[in-house]
Amino acid sequence: MALVLTEEQSMLRDSARGLISDKAPVAHLRGLRDGKDATGFSRELWTTFAEMGFSGLLVPEQFGGSGLGCVEAGIVMEEIGRTLMPSPFLATSVLAVSALARGGTVAQKAQHLPKISDGSLLAALAIDEGAKHRPLQTKLQAARSGNGFKLSGDKAFVVDGHTADLLIVAARSAGSVGDKDGLTLFLVDPKAKGLAVERTAMVDSHNAARIVFDNVEVNADSVLGEVDQGFALLEGVLNIGRGAVASEMVGLSEEVFGRTVTYLKERKQFGKAIGEFQALQHRAAQLYIDIEITRAAVLKALQALDAGVDKAGTAVAVAKARAGTTATLAVQEGVQMHGGMGMTDQFDIGFFMKRARVCQELFGDSNFHADQLARGKGY
Amino acid sequence: MADLETFRSETRAWLGQNCPAEMRKPMTSDGDTFWGGRNAKFSSEAQRVWFERMRDKGWTVPHWPKEYGGGGLDGEEAKIVRQEMAAIGARAPLTSFGISMLGPALLKYGTEEQKKEHLPKITAGLIRWCQGYSEPNAGSDLASLQTRAESDGNDYIINGQKIWTSYANYADWIFCLVRTDPAAKKHDGISFILFDMTSKGVTTKPILLISGYSPFCETFFDNVRVPKSHVVGTVNRGWDVAKYLLQHERAMISGMGERGVGRPLGQIAADSIGADAQGKLDDAQLRSQIASFEVDEAALAAAAERAVDLAKAGQSHPAFSSAMKYYGTELNKRRYEILMSAGGIDALEWESERSKGGARPRAWLRTKANSIEGGTSEVMLGIVAKRILDLPGA
Repeated sequence: MALVLTEEQSMLRDSARGLISDKAPVAHLRGLRDGKDATGFSRELWTTFAEMGFSGLLVPEQFGGSGLGCVEAGIVMEEIGRTLMPSPFLATSVLAVSALARGGTVAQKAQHLPKISDGSLLAALAIDEGAKHRPLQTKLQAARSGNGFKLSGDKAFVVDGHTADLLIVAARSAGSVGDKDGLTLFLVDPKAKGLAVERTAMVDSHNAARIVFDNVEVNADSVLGEVDQGFALLEGVLNIGRGAVASEMVGLSEEVFGRTVTYLKERKQFGKAIGEFQALQHRAAQLYIDIEITRAAVLKALQALDAGVDKAGTAVAVAKARAGTTATLAVQEGVQMHGGMGMTDQFDIGFFMKRARVCQELFGDSNFHADQLARGKGY
Repeated sequence: MADLETFRSETRAWLGQNCPAEMRKPMTSDGDTFWGGRNAKFSSEAQRVWFERMRDKGWTVPHWPKEYGGGGLDGEEAKIVRQEMAAIGARAPLTSFGISMLGPALLKYGTEEQKKEHLPKITAGLIRWCQGYSEPNAGSDLASLQTRAESDGNDYIINGQKIWTSYANYADWIFCLVRTDPAAKKHDGISFILFDMTSKGVTTKPILLISGYSPFCETFFDNVRVPKSHVVGTVNRGWDVAKYLLQHERAMISGMGERGVGRPLGQIAADSIGADAQGKLDDAQLRSQIASFEVDEAALAAAAERAVDLAKAGQSHPAFSSAMKYYGTELNKRRYEILMSAGGIDALEWESERSKGGARPRAWLRTKANSIEGGTSEVMLGIVAKRILDLPGA
């Protein structure tokens, strides 16, 4: 397959860009932040997303969705990255849909996927527990209890956790910390007894939550996929999420870069545009090259995911590792080249720096994914 | 799509039957590359067989038109041939500057007569070409070149000196930049001309490099007589041809790190340094350097693939090969720094059977030219800044 967007994909990009740049420029995020908005995103915009078919983009057609793939989801994520629009798209439409579509029973799919497509159900994936993303280190315990399980433990960095109507929770039902075997995914009602959600205000003004599980009872029907064999399902879902976040970082990097190059052409010192100075020209050129190479790696990963999630691991690790380092470089150079103005809250550039830091940690940072690659290659 | 899948399976089958096992092993020395030319020698029977079969199929240059000895394949088909060759580790049957540099320029700027004269001899490996670009005082500032071609009836008389002429001492013909109008501004008085290296007045002198090898020469022209019909493109507009050719040269150099590497870096390092109980390389810093390198290497491979696809879709920027050249060469230098570190003191041996004549340190030193030849990294970044990013100034 050619590593360029098809005509249909380009049209999708144009329509996503039109909507997002019009309705949710960076000022939209700024307004939510300054108003200390309780939801942290616009429900009205989410309805528009549903009407345009974005919320159910990955949902199979028989469950009311568009039945598109990871490349298309990446296209939407990239546009989200350009304006830093806070949206349930990642948690609900990418992560939860992938988990349900890949691991769910027919009944589970029929119950949840149509509601996600029509925008009436929001979901969140609860994975991380420690300071770093280490899914194999999952400790949250699922103890057998009657016909079901009791969940006890803590989750952190749950994207959109405070607004979710449905949680998908990774828990250890057997084995020891570090084992692949013994992980199980559960569908959990956030209103269940013993479950406490704390919205965490994050550096990037996007949504996340800490969730405490104190003997939360779930029945056998709540298991998503197979008991004790949830890791492969989880890994597939995470890889789809990683591809999506990498796309967001490509959009973010390109936007920061575009704004920075514009500034280099406008800002004058010593009687000329600062973009005439070779010291800055070469750094701008290096960043451009870095972004272009990362864009190719990310598209490669998204196509690999669409060709078969189980074989896409290496391409995804490359994409997420690259996207992390590229975005980090882009925002650092962006702030530096904006000089003092880059340090002000008035300029948007700082918002990009904050979001890049969060995206770097989300589902494994560059070090995590380089390490995954090395392990995969046996060194 | 169905046609392409058929083409892929036919290609796979044909390669499977026709590529000798020896030609599927990673190349270990310069002698494993077949360059063609009047004095070409095959280093093995397998190399001869492989070359001749590919030549007869038109696949020494699969995407050139059949009438010039190419395979007449379109972009998708040529990509499939590359992929299927890579899948079995097949070596290039023929490597030449005729294929990677002159050919594309002739296809775009050459007359029909010039194409018919030169392209079939390139695809058949009969003529080996060298590139007469740099001069002692025209390196990064190539357009300031001084080699002059003075009109004399139907001929030019060429005088001057080139430098860093790769393999000039083995080449049969040269494509050369000469100044045909000394009064014009420096970019405007240059012509692109072809001539036989056995012409009277041409001499070459190899330059000994830090690797101990002499892949480059000084090349001298003393009243060399060349017919005016050998000019490619318009007289005094040779800079256009030169730049177009450079795009192809840079694309080629950016891919130099990809070929015939053999075992993955992590394993090479583990053989030499050892691993801990969990199988992790016993040098945590080097391990992370290798991992970062491999991330970037895979990303560059994707970008190279995308560059071809973008060109096919008519969406590429003509200066993008400068971006790829910059990144590819810097990455190849990183590869060899890692290989030297992984090899430790074993990689310091310069002359011994054990070290294959110091192959690794010599290759390491050779890579240092990657970011100089074909335009330095700094020149590449300048081109990207000005032509792609449209930044102001000089």
